[in-house]
Amino acid sequence: MTQEGSTTSGHRGLDAEEPLSFEQGSPDKTGVDLPEPAAGVDRLGGLTRTRPIGLPGLAEPEVVRHYLRLSRQNFCIDGGFYPLGSCTMKHNPRLNEKLARLPGIGDLHPLQPVSTVQGALALIDACAGWLKALTGLPAVAMSPGAGAHGELTGLMTIRAALEDRGDARARVLVPESAHGTNPASARFCGYRVEAIPADRRGRVDVAAMKQKLGPDVAAIMLTNPNTCGLFENDILEIAEAVHDAGAFFYCDGANFNAIVGRVRPGDLGIDCMHINLHKTFSTPHGGGGPGAGPVVLSAALAPFAPVPSVVHGEDGTFRIIEHPCQSDAKPFGRVKGFHGQFGMFVRALAYMMSMGADGLHQASADAVLNANYLMARLDGTLHPAFPGPCMHEALFDEDTLKDTGVTTLDLAKALIDEGFHPMTVYFPLVVHGAMLVEPTETESKQTLDAFIASLKSLVARAHGGDARFFEEAPRLAPRRRLDETRAARQPVLRWRPPAPEIAAE
Amino acid sequence: MTSMRYTREHEWIRVDGEIGTVGITDYAQEQLGDVVFVELPEVGRQVVKGDEVAVVESVKAASEVYAPVSGDVTETNEKLAEEPATVNSAPTAEGWFFKMRITASAELDDLMDTATYKDYVDSLD
Repeated sequence: MTQEGSTTSGHRGLDAEEPLSFEQGSPDKTGVDLPEPAAGVDRLGGLTRTRPIGLPGLAEPEVVRHYLRLSRQNFCIDGGFYPLGSCTMKHNPRLNEKLARLPGIGDLHPLQPVSTVQGALALIDACAGWLKALTGLPAVAMSPGAGAHGELTGLMTIRAALEDRGDARARVLVPESAHGTNPASARFCGYRVEAIPADRRGRVDVAAMKQKLGPDVAAIMLTNPNTCGLFENDILEIAEAVHDAGAFFYCDGANFNAIVGRVRPGDLGIDCMHINLHKTFSTPHGGGGPGAGPVVLSAALAPFAPVPSVVHGEDGTFRIIEHPCQSDAKPFGRVKGFHGQFGMFVRALAYMMSMGADGLHQASADAVLNANYLMARLDGTLHPAFPGPCMHEALFDEDTLKDTGVTTLDLAKALIDEGFHPMTVYFPLVVHGAMLVEPTETESKQTLDAFIASLKSLVARAHGGDARFFEEAPRLAPRRRLDETRAARQPVLRWRPPAPEIAAE
Repeated sequence: MTSMRYTREHEWIRVDGEIGTVGITDYAQEQLGDVVFVELPEVGRQVVKGDEVAVVESVKAASEVYAPVSGDVTETNEKLAEEPATVNSAPTAEGWFFKMRITASAELDDLMDTATYKDYVDSLD
C-alpha cells in the first residue's frame, strides 16, 4: 500500500524510521576497542557464561544516532504544551540546571567526609527551611525519592507514632477521587483502605467521612485541592473530626502548586504532607526526573521521621544523623540510600530563591488563573464536571461528546496531531470520560489560545458527524493509533530474533 | 427456579437454590471498556456482603467487584484468565466471575430485580 509521503527508506524527512538497536546491530561489531584480557582464575564457581548474551554490537555513531532519533519521537515540556492534569508539567527553568551543574555541586560524592560537604549540607538545610516555612510545619524528611515514596514514608511515620503510644490502628480513609497511589501506599503499609464518597459538589462528603471515623482509623489521606481541581473547603471541619478520633491527617501534596505561597497546610490542621519537588518546585519529570518527595511533619510526628537528617552543630557546622543512636528521636528507619535526590534539592532551592515568596505567591495565582481561563473559554465546547471556578486544573466530562460517536480517548488522540500532549483522561474515576487539564502558570495566553482553538475545532468536527476522522487519529505521529487492548491482553515483553529464512527448494 | 438480582455497584447474581453465580452487568462492562485482566477469589473463601472479592481491570480503569451477599466461594471462572474479553462479549453468561454458596439468603431481598435495576441504570444517564 502506498501512502502519501511514503519513501523508499521509510524515513519521513527529519523523522527517521528507527529500528531497534537489536535489529540493526551485529555481535561482531563494537564501538570500544579493548585488548583481550589475560585468562585469570575463575572465581565464579562454575557459573561462567558459556554462550554470548546477545547484546547488539554498534559503532559509536550508530549508537548516538539511535538515541538521538528516538529522542526526536519523544514529547517533552521543552518541546510543547503538556497539560497533563495532576502532573504540573511546568517549565524547568534553565537557572536550576546551571546551578545544579556548578563545580562543587555537580561532582560531589555522597560518601565524602562531612567536613568537605558543608556547603551541600547547608543547601539541604536551606531547602528544608523553605519547605517548612511554606507549609507551616516544623519538620521535614528530605530523603523520599518520589511522591508515592513520600506517601509511604508519611504513613510509616504515622504508624510509628501510633505504635509508640500503644495504639496501632487498622484503617486508612481515602476519598474516591484520590490518586491511585494513596490507597496503594496505605495498603502497602499494612492498613485496610476504606473509600469516602464525594458529594454533589465533587468534594468529600463530610457526613459520610465522620460515619467511617472510629478508634481504629489511623489516618485520612486527602488531596487539596483535590483531583477534581476543587478546594476542599470543609477541610477545617475534616481536620477537627480526624483529630478528635485520635487519627492523623495526611495530605497528598501533588496539587500544592495551586496554593503554594498562599495557604500553609499546617494551618489547615494537616499533620503530614509529601511535596513533589518535580511538580510544584519545577524540577524535571515526565521522562526527565528523577522525582523527589520530601515529607513535612507536625510536631507529633517529627520524632519518628526516617534517617538521615541534616542538623546544625553547636559550632555552626552541619552534621548528618544517620543512625537512631545519634539522636534522642525515634526514627522508624531509613527509606533511601544516602541523603535523597540532592540534585533536585539544588534545583528546587534555586527555584524558590529566584522566585522569592512574592514570586511563589504570584505563581500559584497564575496557575489558577490559567486553568480558569481555559474553563471559561471552553464554555459550550466541553462540559465542566463540576461548576467553576476551579483551582489549578479544569475537569471536564464526556457530556458534550454524547451521541457523536467520539470518545474522550478519541479526542485525546486527535490532540496529538494538533501538536499538544493530551490532557489526563479517564481520571479521576468519579467522572465519566474525565478530561483533566492542568495548564500551569508557565504557559502564555498565546499557547492557551492555540490549545483552545484546537479543542474547539475538534469538538465542532465531532458534532459535524466525522467520527471516522477521530478513529484514525493520530495521523501525523511517528506511530498511528496503538491497540491498547491487545497490548494489555497480549503484551510482547521480549524481543526475539526473527527465525532464519529457510531457502525454498 | 433461578432468579437474577443486581447491586447498585453493578454486580449481578443468578440464584439457583443455594448457589449464586456472580458477574458484572452489561452496563458495567460498557462503562469499563475493553477488559484486559480479571483477578478472582480463592475457592473456599468466606465472604461477607460488600467485601471486595474480585478485581476487574480495563484499558481505562481498575475496579473492585463486591460480594452481593454473604457466602462461601465454591468455584471461579478460570477461563477469564485467558479470555478476559468474555466479560465484554457475554457479561451475564460465559463472562461470570465466581459461584458461591449463599449463607444469608435474606440479603437477596436487599438487591434489585431486573426491572428495578433497569430503571436504576436509566436514572444514571
